[in-house]
Amino acid sequence: MMTPLLQISGLGKRFGGFTALQAIDLDVQEGERLGLIGPNGSGKSTLVNCICGTLRHDAGSVRFGGKTLDGLTAHQRTRGGLARSFQLPRPFGTLSLAENLRIPILYAVNARGEGGLAGSAIDARCRDLLSEVGLADKAHRLPRDLTQIEMRKLELARAMAAQPKLLFADEVMAGLSHAEIDEIIALLFRLNGQGVTVIMIEHIMRAVMQFSQRLAVLVAGRKIADGKPADVVRDAEVVRAYLGE
Amino acid sequence: MGSVPFVLALVCVAAALFAVGRWLNISYAFFAAYVVVQYIVLGTAWNILGGYTGYVNFGITAFFALGAYSSVVLYKLVPSLPLPIMMVVGGIVAGLVGLGTGYLTLRLRGVFFSIATLALAVVVQTLITNWDFVGGARGAYVLRPRVAPLIGGDYIQYLFLLMLGLCVIVLTVARSIEHSALGYGFAAIRDDEGAAEASGVPTLRLKLIATVLSGGFMGMAGAPLPYYVTYLDPASGFSLNYAVNAIAMPLIGGTSSWLGPVVGAVLVGGLQEYIRVTISSAVNVLVAGVLLVVFVVLAPEGIVGLFRRRRR
Repeated sequence: MMTPLLQISGLGKRFGGFTALQAIDLDVQEGERLGLIGPNGSGKSTLVNCICGTLRHDAGSVRFGGKTLDGLTAHQRTRGGLARSFQLPRPFGTLSLAENLRIPILYAVNARGEGGLAGSAIDARCRDLLSEVGLADKAHRLPRDLTQIEMRKLELARAMAAQPKLLFADEVMAGLSHAEIDEIIALLFRLNGQGVTVIMIEHIMRAVMQFSQRLAVLVAGRKIADGKPADVVRDAEVVRAYLGE
Repeated sequence: MGSVPFVLALVCVAAALFAVGRWLNISYAFFAAYVVVQYIVLGTAWNILGGYTGYVNFGITAFFALGAYSSVVLYKLVPSLPLPIMMVVGGIVAGLVGLGTGYLTLRLRGVFFSIATLALAVVVQTLITNWDFVGGARGAYVLRPRVAPLIGGDYIQYLFLLMLGLCVIVLTVARSIEHSALGYGFAAIRDDEGAAEASGVPTLRLKLIATVLSGGFMGMAGAPLPYYVTYLDPASGFSLNYAVNAIAMPLIGGTSSWLGPVVGAVLVGGLQEYIRVTISSAVNVLVAGVLLVVFVVLAPEGIVGLFRRRRR
């Protein structure tokens, strides 16, 4: 068996006296589609923050592509092939949508050395990405002109612009209509088809069940289940966590 | 406009200004214009850190006076050293201090960074005041040559020419930053530092580049000061006016483009000079303050921002 793309072992994170994550073990294979679910406050976003370097974890280790990520800054991890969308959209407010996407192209893609883009190729790439998420006609608008839903799409497009090996889609579908959810799922499938490993963090079960090959469940900072989606949702502990006794 | 035509246009404007000054041949005009151009440089330098990356630096006088006092030191050691070299040295000294300050303070965000820079100004002023070699609290005299080197005429003309040259350089750098990857990185930091990191922007490195450029240019702007005033003491070198004006001018003109500090400096600097002559030398400080408040409330994007919005 080949080395997993992402290897998390014994990961722990505390905020003062509160244990946000405890002894998380999780392996993700290259090209896999993983769903990560859990009730609010169960530590899903904290886990993403620890993997992407926004937060420093206190215990355990994270390895990506066989190399340890410990001690690397967030931008080094992004350049290494990790990308994430923020659950609450954090666009660059004074830059147009196209310029928002230009940042990861200039600083993540071009910093990798090979396959860098320049001049009009960057503009073309920004346009393509925006049309993938359906924002092409707003390329020169500012983020403040967007609806919350459009901002989520921009978040996703910006993460995609970094051309990651592993993409965290952190609740990009919240608030979207049925048809829009289908669009985003199709988009994530397309990305996955191009070889991008996708970890979907989502409350919309229809999307998670349709997309994921595997499902991991976090409850109160612990991983309580990990396996085939159909089995996991029938797991007694998972049902209890979601529905109560 | 491409970079080369821009520089040529800038040089032409500067040359025309200087030619008009030579033709008028009024010393006062040079003294007044020097101040305005100096503020264009200071405002633009402040804007590289404050406007582009969003880190508000209150310690302008520290960098400015470091430039001025490094000229005093050089004057005492090697009186014959040409002023352009002193400006380069002043820029290097202030740039290095900018680098050090950046390392120590850039992990602070927002207002905490600003307070730290304010503290820097106090620390540097205290050190200079207690350094006997540069005159301490008594101040230092610098005798300037009667005749300007190279160009002849009054020495103030030479000072003005140097400041014009520096202004061309600083504006060129500021404008090329705006249109480069560096400028996009700065803007990303200003808008959301965490999201910038997540997009691959090496935020700390970029912020250090900004503090070095910003501090260095402030130092270069301060280096000719001893020759301009001929008597420099800490109270005048560290005058609050420099800090207030260098912040007010970009904010009034607009922080999003290189043109903002130019518009702000010409407008406010010109107005101050006019009021200094016609009304009183104390009222002129009020101008920057009042205009700053008016603009922050009514037009936070400055004059350039007002025009941009209309065009959209």
